[in-house]
Amino acid sequence: MSRNLAAKGAAVIMLAGAALGFSATAFAQSFTITNARLIDGTGGAEQANVTITVRDGRVADVGTGAAPAGMETIDAAGAYVTPGIVAAASQLGIVEVNGVAPTNDVSASRSPYSASLDVADALNPASAAIGVARIEGVTRAAVQPGAGGDLFGGIGRPITLAADRADMTVPGTAFQVIQLGETGAARAGGSRAAAFARLDDALAEARAFSRNPDGYSFGRSEDSLLTRADAEALVEVLEGRTAALFQVDRASDIRRVLALRSDYPQMKMILVGVAEGWLVADELAQAGVPVIAVPMQNLPSRFETLGATQSNIGRMVAAGVKVAVADVGSPSISPQLPQQAGQLVAQARIPGATGLTHEQAIAAITSVPADMFGMRGAGRITPGSLADIVIWSGDPLETASAPTAIWIEGVEQPMDSRQSRLADRYNPTKAPTGLPRQYSRSR
Amino acid sequence: MHKLLPLTAAIALAACATTSGDSPAGSSAAASDLPAARADNPYPSAYAPYAARTTLIENANIYDGAGGRIMGGMVLMQDGRIAAIGQDLTAPADAERIDAAGKWVTPGIIDIHSHLGNYASPGVDAHSDGNEVTGPVTAEVHAEHGVWPQDPGFTRALAAGVTTLHVLPGSANLFGGRGVTLRNVPARSVQEMKFPNAPYSLKMACGENPKRVYGSKGRMPGSRMGNFALYRMTWQKAVEYDRQWDAWDEKVEDGTAKAKDMPKRDLQLDALRGVLDGEILVQNHCYRADEMALILDLAKEFGYKVSAFHHAVEAYKIADLLKETGTCAAMWADWWGFKMESYDGIRENIPFVHAAGACAITHSDDDIGIQRLNQETAKALADGNRAGLDISHETAWTWVGINPARALGIDKEIGSLEVGKRADVVLWNGEPLSVYARPEQVWIDGALLYDVNTGLRPVSDFELGQPGEGDPK
Repeated sequence: MSRNLAAKGAAVIMLAGAALGFSATAFAQSFTITNARLIDGTGGAEQANVTITVRDGRVADVGTGAAPAGMETIDAAGAYVTPGIVAAASQLGIVEVNGVAPTNDVSASRSPYSASLDVADALNPASAAIGVARIEGVTRAAVQPGAGGDLFGGIGRPITLAADRADMTVPGTAFQVIQLGETGAARAGGSRAAAFARLDDALAEARAFSRNPDGYSFGRSEDSLLTRADAEALVEVLEGRTAALFQVDRASDIRRVLALRSDYPQMKMILVGVAEGWLVADELAQAGVPVIAVPMQNLPSRFETLGATQSNIGRMVAAGVKVAVADVGSPSISPQLPQQAGQLVAQARIPGATGLTHEQAIAAITSVPADMFGMRGAGRITPGSLADIVIWSGDPLETASAPTAIWIEGVEQPMDSRQSRLADRYNPTKAPTGLPRQYSRSR
Repeated sequence: MHKLLPLTAAIALAACATTSGDSPAGSSAAASDLPAARADNPYPSAYAPYAARTTLIENANIYDGAGGRIMGGMVLMQDGRIAAIGQDLTAPADAERIDAAGKWVTPGIIDIHSHLGNYASPGVDAHSDGNEVTGPVTAEVHAEHGVWPQDPGFTRALAAGVTTLHVLPGSANLFGGRGVTLRNVPARSVQEMKFPNAPYSLKMACGENPKRVYGSKGRMPGSRMGNFALYRMTWQKAVEYDRQWDAWDEKVEDGTAKAKDMPKRDLQLDALRGVLDGEILVQNHCYRADEMALILDLAKEFGYKVSAFHHAVEAYKIADLLKETGTCAAMWADWWGFKMESYDGIRENIPFVHAAGACAITHSDDDIGIQRLNQETAKALADGNRAGLDISHETAWTWVGINPARALGIDKEIGSLEVGKRADVVLWNGEPLSVYARPEQVWIDGALLYDVNTGLRPVSDFELGQPGEGDPK
C-alpha cells in the first residue's frame, strides 16, 4: 500500500483516519515515510529525500535508502516532516472554557492546599481543545497548573495528546509551579521579600517533614503554614524528583532564584516567563538552568518585563541557555507554537536583533521542551526516538501551513476536531441540504 | 446627571467632515442671538503630517489593499499622497528612489479594534482607562480622553506596519462610549494623533460582559434579556431626544426659535443622536450569531446601522445576514474557547464571511496581536483555502486594507494605494503574508517614520532609560 500525501491532499488523509476507526483501540503501525524533507527536531540541519522507518511506535531508522520491502510506504513527496510539537507551559486538558469556572481546573485560590494539587486529577482527554491542538501538530504537552492562593501552583505533568487514551500522562518529569515576581509577591502578602520568606519557610518545613514524617503532624509548631500534603509534595522538589518551575521575569528576580541553588543543591530548576532573561543570559547558561519563554512578548506589560524583546530567546540561546518556546498569554487553550517559533526566524533577519535559525526554532518547540520535561525519546526523529511524526503542507513555521498527517508513537491520529467539524457544517462550498445545519454532520 | 455641565461645554454630534455641512445652530442667521447649542468639535485633531519627501518605490510587488496586485511595480509618493501607482512611472528628478527588488509594498495596516493608550503598557491599575464600569450606559464617554500617547504599544504597532488604528472603549457596558481613529504617530497628546475628520464610533457590546459586570452588582442588565431591554429603553430616549432637537433645528432654520425653548443638551444622548443621524458609526462587540441577528433587528427598530460587529466569532453562521445588511465583521483568525460565547470559534471564520460576499476584517483587540495582523490574515486565508475556497493573497489583504477603512468611514482617505489617498505605505522585507516578513520602512502621509536599516524608530518617553531602550523589539 502506498499513499502520496502531497498529491492527494488532506482529504485523503482524513479518509484514512476515518477508515482506521479511532473509536477502536489503535495500534502502533510499522511503516516507512519516503521523500521527507526532514527537520529532525534536534537543531540539526534540514535534510532532503529522507526515508524514515517506524516500527512498534519508534523510529527504527532514518536514512536515505529505499523503503524496506513489504512495509506500508507513505510518499511525503518532498513535504516537510518534523517531530510532533511539544507544548510547554500548556493548559491543555485542564480547561474547557477559560471563563467558565466549573470547566477550568488551572488554579484553586480557595483551596487550603497548594503544592499538593496535581493536574493528573483533572486531566480530561475528551476536552475539545485536545483535538484542536492535535491537528495543529501538537503531540505532547507539559501541563502546568497556575498558582491560586499561594506561591505554589501544584504539580504539572507531561502528557500525550494521542487520541483514545484514558490516561494522558506519560513518563517524564513532574514539576511544581512556584510563582514569584510581582504575582508571587501579591500571593505572599505584598512584597518580594514576603514571597521568599514564604518559599524558605515552606521548604524548611518540607525538610523537617522529610526528616521526621511521623512527627510532622504533631511535633511541629502551631503556626505552621504548610499542610502535610503540601509538605510531602515539596519534599519531592527538595530532593529533585519533581522539578521546580519558577515563574519569574525580572532580571533581578531571576538572579535571586538562581541563588536558591546554594541552599537547595538537589533542586532541579526550570524558569518560565524570563522576559528579561537576556539581561542575565550568561548567568543562566552558567547555572545550566533551562527556561521557557514567549517569543512575541516584546512589551513592558508589567514593570517586571520592562526589558521584554523578541530578541530575548535568540540572545539566551546564543549564550548557551536551553530555551523552550511557549505560547503563554494567548486567549485560546490550543497554542500557536509554530507561529511563535516563526517569529524567532523573522527576528534573526532584522538588523540589530537576534533570533534563531529555522532548525533551532523548531527544536525550541520539539526536542528542547521534551528534554526539559524528561520525555525521553520525544521531540525528535532520530533512530530509537518515539515515532511522534508530523507531515506538513508547507514550511511548518508558516502560519499558512498545516499538518496533513500525524502519528503519535506510531499511531496515526484523527485529523478532525470539534472545531473542524463546525467548519465543515458551515462550509460555504458544500451544497445546502434543505434542512437546518443542525442536521449536517461530517463523519 | 448632566446639570453640572454648562451648555456651552456640550460636545459635538460628530467631528466629522465626511458628513458635510455646518451644525444647524451655526448655519442659521438667527442662531447668533441664541445660546451656542454645542461646540462643534471640542477636541479637534491637531495632527499634522510630518515632512514628506517625494519617494518612488521601484521593482516592488504590491498588494494595493483593495484587492489588486502588481508584480514588479512602482509607487510614487508626493506631497504626502499616493501620486501614482503602476508598472512604469516617471518621478521628479529629486525624488528619493528605493529599489524594492524582492520586497513587497502594501498600504499601512488598519486595526479597527485596539485599546492601545486606553489599556497602556505597563498594565498597572493606574493605566486601566478603557471601561467606565460605573454604569451600563456610558455613551457620553470618549475613548480619546483616556488615551496615553506614551503607550509603548503604539511604537510596536508601527514597527509591524500599523499606520491607523481605532481605539474603542471596552465591552463592560452596553453603550461603552465613543471610539476614536488615530494616526499611529508618536505624539504628546491624543489630539496630535487624531485622524482629521474621521467619524467617531459608538462602541456597543452584546452578551456576557455587560450582563456579568452589572448582574454581579445586582443591577440591570443581569441577563441577555436585560441587555436588550436596556438597549431599547436607551434608544427610545435617543429617538425622542433626536425629535426634540430636529424640531428645534427647524425652528432655528425658520427663524422662529426662542432661547427659552432650546432643548436641554444631554451628552449621552448626543452620541446616540449622532448614530441616528448617520454621523457616528456603531462598532458592536458581539460574538454569537443569534445575538448579532437580534442586534440587526434592534438597529432596524430604531433606524440606525451597525457598521461592524467586532469579535464576531460566530459571524460564519450568519454571513448571509451580514451581507444583506451591509454590516462588516471584524474577527480574530483563531481565538476561541476563552469564554462561553467564543466556544464555537473556527479558524475559517474570516474566509467564510468573505466568501458569502460580506465585508470581512482581521482585527486584533490586543497589543501583541496588533503586531501580527498580516500573519493572522495569512492564517485565516490558508484555512479558508484548505476548506475549498480560492481566495488570493491580494484579496485577503482587503481584510486589513480597504474593509476596515470602510467600516471606519475613512475609505476615501486610506485603506488602499489609490492615487490621491494618503501615502500610508509599508515596504516589507518579504511576502507580507509570510511569518518571516517584517516591515522595513513605514511611511505615514508620505513621511518616513520607521526604517529598520537606519534604526529610525520611536522610543516612548516611558521607555527612555529603561533596559533595552531603542532595541529592535
